[in-house]
Amino acid sequence: MNKFGFSIAHTRSTDLDTANLGKAEELLQRVPSYKLCIGCGGCTAACTAGLFTDFNIRRIHTQFARGQYKGLDRRLQSCMLCGKCLLVCPRGVNTRALIVEMRRLLNNTDPA
Amino acid sequence: MNNFSIYVIPFCTGVLLLLGFSVLKYWRWIKRFDKLQQAIIRKNIWSWKFLPAIWEAFREGLLHWRIAKKNWLLGYMHRSLAFGWFLLIVVGFVQALLAFPDGHPFWMAIFYNYFVHEDNLLVFPDAPLFADIMDALLLYVLSGLALAVFKKLWSRPLGMKRTTRHTPLDRVTKFALWCIFPLRLLSETATSAIYHNGGFLIQWLGNGMAGIGIADPYFEYICWLLYSIALGTFFALMPFSRYMHIFTEIFLIYFRQLGVRDNADQKSGYTMFELNACSRCGICIDGCPINKELDITNIQGVYLLQSIRNHDWRKRQVSIAENCLMCDRCVADCPVNIDLNVMRRHVRIQNKRPIDTSGNYSYLDTVQPFNAIGRVAYFGGCMSHLTPGTTEAMERIFQAAGQKYWYMDRDRSICCGRPLLQQGFTTQANELRRKNTELIVNSGATMLITSCPICYRSFKEEYHLPIPVFHHTEYIDYLLTAGRIKLRKSDRRVAYHDPCELGRGCGIYDEPRRILDATSTLLKTKDEREHSRCCGFNLGNTTLDTEEQRKIRNAALENLRQPNPDVIATACPACKKAFTRAEEFPVEDVAEIVAENLIS
Ligand code: SF4
Ligand code: SF4
Ligand code: SF4
Ligand code: SF4
Repeated sequence: MNKFGFSIAHTRSTDLDTANLGKAEELLQRVPSYKLCIGCGGCTAACTAGLFTDFNIRRIHTQFARGQYKGLDRRLQSCMLCGKCLLVCPRGVNTRALIVEMRRLLNNTDPA
Repeated sequence: MNNFSIYVIPFCTGVLLLLGFSVLKYWRWIKRFDKLQQAIIRKNIWSWKFLPAIWEAFREGLLHWRIAKKNWLLGYMHRSLAFGWFLLIVVGFVQALLAFPDGHPFWMAIFYNYFVHEDNLLVFPDAPLFADIMDALLLYVLSGLALAVFKKLWSRPLGMKRTTRHTPLDRVTKFALWCIFPLRLLSETATSAIYHNGGFLIQWLGNGMAGIGIADPYFEYICWLLYSIALGTFFALMPFSRYMHIFTEIFLIYFRQLGVRDNADQKSGYTMFELNACSRCGICIDGCPINKELDITNIQGVYLLQSIRNHDWRKRQVSIAENCLMCDRCVADCPVNIDLNVMRRHVRIQNKRPIDTSGNYSYLDTVQPFNAIGRVAYFGGCMSHLTPGTTEAMERIFQAAGQKYWYMDRDRSICCGRPLLQQGFTTQANELRRKNTELIVNSGATMLITSCPICYRSFKEEYHLPIPVFHHTEYIDYLLTAGRIKLRKSDRRVAYHDPCELGRGCGIYDEPRRILDATSTLLKTKDEREHSRCCGFNLGNTTLDTEEQRKIRNAALENLRQPNPDVIATACPACKKAFTRAEEFPVEDVAEIVAENLIS
């Protein structure tokens, strides 16, 4: 259980020569507003599911955008689609569409 | 008297095809009712519920009351076509019965004037009266037809900005329908020009026709033939066109009266009846905020049903079903009361099936049970955490009323599951609902009060809890009536916004208004109650981008600001957050206004 609003993330690096960015690019096509994301973390701070656990929606979408897809689908299943992230995002990113589309892409199902 | 002529064959063929295909279709749909629906029908079929069903079918299928309530001219148009034609058939049968007491073929009522050439006075005692009545009825139908043609050119006076784009088959069928009545007029006139057997209208026209030298049995025959072809074409196409709604609506009304409802999980027989009871009237288009504010005109109820009915390419069906706010405006407007949003969920569920796996909700177990015996349970809802003013106000109100409460989602909230459900993630939603139910039932609380209309609707409709569920406006209204809290009346002018899920969704319109009346000056706005505008941030939608949602919100704000209030009140945290994000105008929850004006 995560008692505080913050935790220390593992160091990560993305090798852009080998990363497979196909899905990430497709995500931007499907949810264009994601281009506006500034990574502020407002979504994570407001997140209902994140209150309980280390579920971190900003980290998930950032990882996705960098082609690090492993394990994301399972983690995304913690989201309750409650929409708080959507209402706090200062850039107007359609976070719920982002979540549904990430799940669609990770499961290779058709877009809406 | 002769009673057969070759030209009645097209008409008879049409009637037989109509009967055959209708019986086939209805039989197939009835067989598709799911287990629960079958059980409900079996249980209620011998009850008196067919009586209100007959009344409703008469009122809506023939008189079109609900449409007339929206716009009387539009109602008149539908009524004169439906009821007028119905009476033409009924009175025609009586007329034929009196003229042929020994029996007559069924087409006699339709082609009466052709076969009964004798002077009306000689046929049966009241024959002249009948001839006049039939003429008046035909005139009535023709007036509706004239309006329908006029509506095609200019629909505004009939209360409609946009009308439906019909499929080619529907257009052909409609053309056949529109030909029927002028052709009947022409045929009867042609006959009366020769035999003088018309009523007040037909005879007058017939005399005119004879006056210009047309009194020709050959011309007469052609007219009746065309009339018969128009009828036959219409009847033959009817089971495959929008006009199937005429009979289907009657069945739908009956099943609905028996207590059958649609089920979003699968396409059942009842779904088939709903899909085909839609008359494609297009009334669901104008009110839709996605049409009004964004000019997207292909996703409204009529097109959703069309795409499901026509088995459109899945992708099209899905994009229509997904791009909707689930604001229920179209559901409130639809004169046939079709459960459009259940239908949308049905498509969404199909589409999400591959990713509707079980949730990763291990954290649910970290939420501890609570012993709330003797208390009320208060569920703020996820969104209320973004509008802490509302939950703080509710806590102050509980204290002022001396009510012990358990704020069950104060620090660890579990979503009610409705947002997932609306998007078609049933499995995940069920996990959340199971946990919430367990928490609430085991707490022993006496009632559940919630501040979020989304949760409220979910707890009320989808949970089946053993304790009563109230929205906070209902609860405050109760406290005021019971005298458990007292309020000061301020001179602030307030405009109230009806949240979709609370108003159209749950029918709560009066409670918040009574409360606001007691504490402030409540103003009227142009679009309120059933016509309230969605705040644009309804969680039913994931397709619209923020810019589009803002446009819808701004339109709602404009409506609220129009009577020049000091503050806008609402009763939903999502609406409040949507409005406050516009940073233009003070917005408060009804609970906050109450808390400010408590007399302790
Ligand atoms: S709140 Fe919006 S801008 Fe900030 S990280 Fe989340 S999605 Fe990006
Ligand atoms: S919608 Fe999902 S990610 Fe967003 S706040 Fe709710 S639980 Fe968190
Ligand atoms: S859904 Fe209802 S309102 Fe819309 S076209 Fe059909 S019958 Fe008319
Ligand atoms: S629910 Fe609202 S947004 Fe959706 S189609 Fe109906 S009126 Fe339009």
